[in-house]
Amino acid sequence: MNSVILRAGTSYLAGLLLVFSVYMMLRGHNEPGGGFIGGLTGATGFVLYAIGCSVGEARKALRVLPQTIAIWGLFIALAAGLFAAVFGDALFTGQWLFIGETEDDKGLPLSSVLVFDIGVYLVVFGSVLTLVFAMEEEI
Amino acid sequence: MEVLFAITIGVLVAASVYLMLSNHLLRFIFGLVLISNAANLTIFVAGRLTDGAPPLIPVGADAPEIAANALPQALVLTAIVIGFGLFAFAIVLVFRAWTSLNSLTPDEMRLAEPEEAHK
Amino acid sequence: MADGAATDARGNGITGVIPILFAGALFVYFMSLVPTVASLEAIRWSVPWIPSLGIEFAFLVDGLSLTFCLLIAGIGTLVLLYSNTYLAGHPQYARFALFLTAFMVSMLGLVLADDLILLFVFWELTTLTSYMLIGFSHEAEKSRRNALQALFVTGAGGLAFLAGLILLAAASGTTSISGIIAQGDGLKAHAMYLPILILLLAGTFTKSAQVPFHFWLPNAMAAPTPVSAFLHSATMVKAGVYVMARMHPAMSGTDVWLWTLTILGAITAVFASLLSLRQTDLKQALAYTTLMALGTLTLFLGQESGYAMTAFATFLIVHSLYKAALFLIVGCIDKSTGTRETDQLGGLGRLMPITAIAAALAATSMAGFPPFLGFIGKELKYAGAIAVASEPIFVAGAVLLSNALMLAVAGVVAFRPFWRGQVGTGQSPKEAPWQMLAGPVILAILGALFGIYPDLLQVALVNPTVLSLTGEVEEAKELQLWAGVNIPLFLSIATFVLGLAIYAAHVKIRAMLDRGFNAIPNLDLKWDGFLDGLKALAAWQTRLVQTGKLSSYLFATFFTIAAGIILTLAYTGMPPLAADFSDVEWKHTSIAALICAGALLTLFTSSRIAAIAALGVVGIGIALIFIVFSAPDVAITQLLVETLIVVLVAVVMLRLPSLPKATFNLKHAVLSVAVGASITLMLIEVVATPLDLRLTEYFEVTSWPEAYGRNIVNVILVDFRALDTFGEIAVVVIAALSAYALLRTTRKGDQQ
Repeated sequence: MNSVILRAGTSYLAGLLLVFSVYMMLRGHNEPGGGFIGGLTGATGFVLYAIGCSVGEARKALRVLPQTIAIWGLFIALAAGLFAAVFGDALFTGQWLFIGETEDDKGLPLSSVLVFDIGVYLVVFGSVLTLVFAMEEEI
Repeated sequence: MEVLFAITIGVLVAASVYLMLSNHLLRFIFGLVLISNAANLTIFVAGRLTDGAPPLIPVGADAPEIAANALPQALVLTAIVIGFGLFAFAIVLVFRAWTSLNSLTPDEMRLAEPEEAHK
Repeated sequence: MADGAATDARGNGITGVIPILFAGALFVYFMSLVPTVASLEAIRWSVPWIPSLGIEFAFLVDGLSLTFCLLIAGIGTLVLLYSNTYLAGHPQYARFALFLTAFMVSMLGLVLADDLILLFVFWELTTLTSYMLIGFSHEAEKSRRNALQALFVTGAGGLAFLAGLILLAAASGTTSISGIIAQGDGLKAHAMYLPILILLLAGTFTKSAQVPFHFWLPNAMAAPTPVSAFLHSATMVKAGVYVMARMHPAMSGTDVWLWTLTILGAITAVFASLLSLRQTDLKQALAYTTLMALGTLTLFLGQESGYAMTAFATFLIVHSLYKAALFLIVGCIDKSTGTRETDQLGGLGRLMPITAIAAALAATSMAGFPPFLGFIGKELKYAGAIAVASEPIFVAGAVLLSNALMLAVAGVVAFRPFWRGQVGTGQSPKEAPWQMLAGPVILAILGALFGIYPDLLQVALVNPTVLSLTGEVEEAKELQLWAGVNIPLFLSIATFVLGLAIYAAHVKIRAMLDRGFNAIPNLDLKWDGFLDGLKALAAWQTRLVQTGKLSSYLFATFFTIAAGIILTLAYTGMPPLAADFSDVEWKHTSIAALICAGALLTLFTSSRIAAIAALGVVGIGIALIFIVFSAPDVAITQLLVETLIVVLVAVVMLRLPSLPKATFNLKHAVLSVAVGASITLMLIEVVATPLDLRLTEYFEVTSWPEAYGRNIVNVILVDFRALDTFGEIAVVVIAALSAYALLRTTRKGDQQ
């Protein structure tokens, strides 16, 4: 497909979707969203980019092989789960740290659960792109 | 209300079974997509339908007053993603079958079990 | 001969030595337990294995198991020493030694196990390792066939045995063997006694090659001779006898037990002795005498009297000693002359004096001449036979006949080749190296030694064994060479006369037997027919079930689903359908109609684009359901996945041919409607039953206070059930990588 408007449009749209996907993932613990939805949204952005421009350009923009991303995601999710064992809890127990905790406000929460969700995000994102890129290229 | 969707699921299942039984791989794939949708919907409906109360806890409260059943939602959410993985793998397999065997009729694919063996 | 390799006294280096040392160390260890057991104590050792089922890793050393252990480890050591020379330089000696040692250890485990399940594990291990050993010369077709036959027969028996053990455990409420025995007579009155007995005996009779399962044992002679010596003297075949002996306290004394064991034991003993006399191959002749010994042991286990039990314990030891010795001697003869045919052997006595003397000692013990242990064993056998309360004449007659035949066979096997006739032409036999002579000589001397000093055996092993069998050591009768002028003595004299007469006429008798046995069906040939039939049956049912057509497999699967659901609903009684449509709003009906329309369009269209669009309609309809019924996360996921599915289908579809016109298939249509209807009915049933919301409520109240998340679905996914989610994303990665690999091979394949 060789449409200038499509090319220009999709590159912005892809960036926008990527930012939006991270937002979806981060808010997932309290609002609709999360790693699965975020990963799918981000992947959709890149799929659009690949359709609008080309798979080669999409790969270039991604810089890393999508399957590498998927496997790193799996590894991060596992590490987040194993992290609980360091504190003697059962595996995959959430660990929380609240920065700037006050009486009324819990402050900025950091948690192994968020890390796990990032892992999920990367897995879904990487797997979908692995599939779509390969199919676009090979078929 | 659940009964209405139970009937809908029945129609979906019937259509997908008929598609999967047809001796053509593309129709089989369509049936696969439909039946995984039907399965997700079955889990969701079996967990009861609640109108207008998402399983979100309002700020300031410790638990929702009334909320849809969150458990089947979590199950269905992952099932959708896995169903997608299965679908993608299946369609690649079909494509691969087409490129190497030049057929989309599974009954004609007898590379591993040649017809001669069945006498 | 079959074993190939040249005799070489140097053995097989370290591979040969380690197993010998290992077996020797085991023997020494078990010897060190003799004083404890001789003082009539038992040693029990256990660790929990599967505590939830009460199964233990339990071992028990008492008279019975220690007797077996000493025979196994002792003969095992001698056999390994012998094999190291017999198979010297064999390219697969390491494998052989491994199998033999593994077999020995399994056998030890079998006799020591004090838990039914543990017993079964070792039981099957002996079956498997003996399969490896019988089929050791795997290049030979016959060897493979006979190994497989042994595996099938004993394996089939093993299945029955397992069923029997499970019933036994269920009936007695424990898997501990000593626990079952401690329950006394309770088992005999149990309703399941008969099935348990039948199943256990099916296992032990196949393992111990009792008629009518006797045919595998002589075939197992395909194994190298030392294996035959080991398997058919002390071990494998005695496993069945061991289990019968072990269960004797708990199960004997009923009419079924008495008559099954007595009659089949007697038949096996006589039948096998006759078959044995018929053989011209030394090894085959010995193989059948093993059957005879097993029959006799079984016969005695059928009884209750102290004489019978003492006879069992003594004959067990006697037989192991002389049988192992004779097998090893046959191996020596085979090795030095190249044949095992009696007709071609003769005059070896002068050339192989040590072998000849060992053979003479073992054979006189086997024949039951004084002052050998065999004589004591025979006297006790007669005493035990006479003590049979109901049918002493039948039992004594069977024992007398088999003993006389045994005497004749002993002459054929161990006397004739050495002291009669001339050395065959073209043979230059010479004495085997000491490693091969050690076994026969030691075993033969032990037979004589125990005959002269029976007290040694009495205190160390026989009394404790009788204690294991009856629970009372007073039941043990005294082992003595001279018991006075009594009926057993007369029977012994009758045996000698009859036996010598048979020996003198054995060539003629053999010819007669040949005619006789040709008249009765040969189970061994029947076996081949049975296997062929089984293969034909398998091929037939494979053709029937495995059509190779995807649609027929799917048809069977869906049919089963529909039938299963409908039959279950019919059986449990379907309550009246309470179809309540009062709360249905127009948006619900329209979504349902949308989905149904999409599904039907996918079904009927022949246009690929229309089909993709229709699938999209269904997907979006389902997403709408999720939106309407408060599942925002699921709805978003569904929409995104629908988008991606359409992208993928569109990409692939470009390269695939268009759809053929759909043809109507009534059978498929009926089944489809049936499956759909059954799912609908099932779901209506499900929503009509009360919903258990405990888990959901737990998630609702803990989601915020404990997991700090307001989106309960997400908290379930990444916190409460994070391990599940991890598994699921792993599946996603695997699916993606597999599809990727499939696509990449396409390109690679195209290049080649």
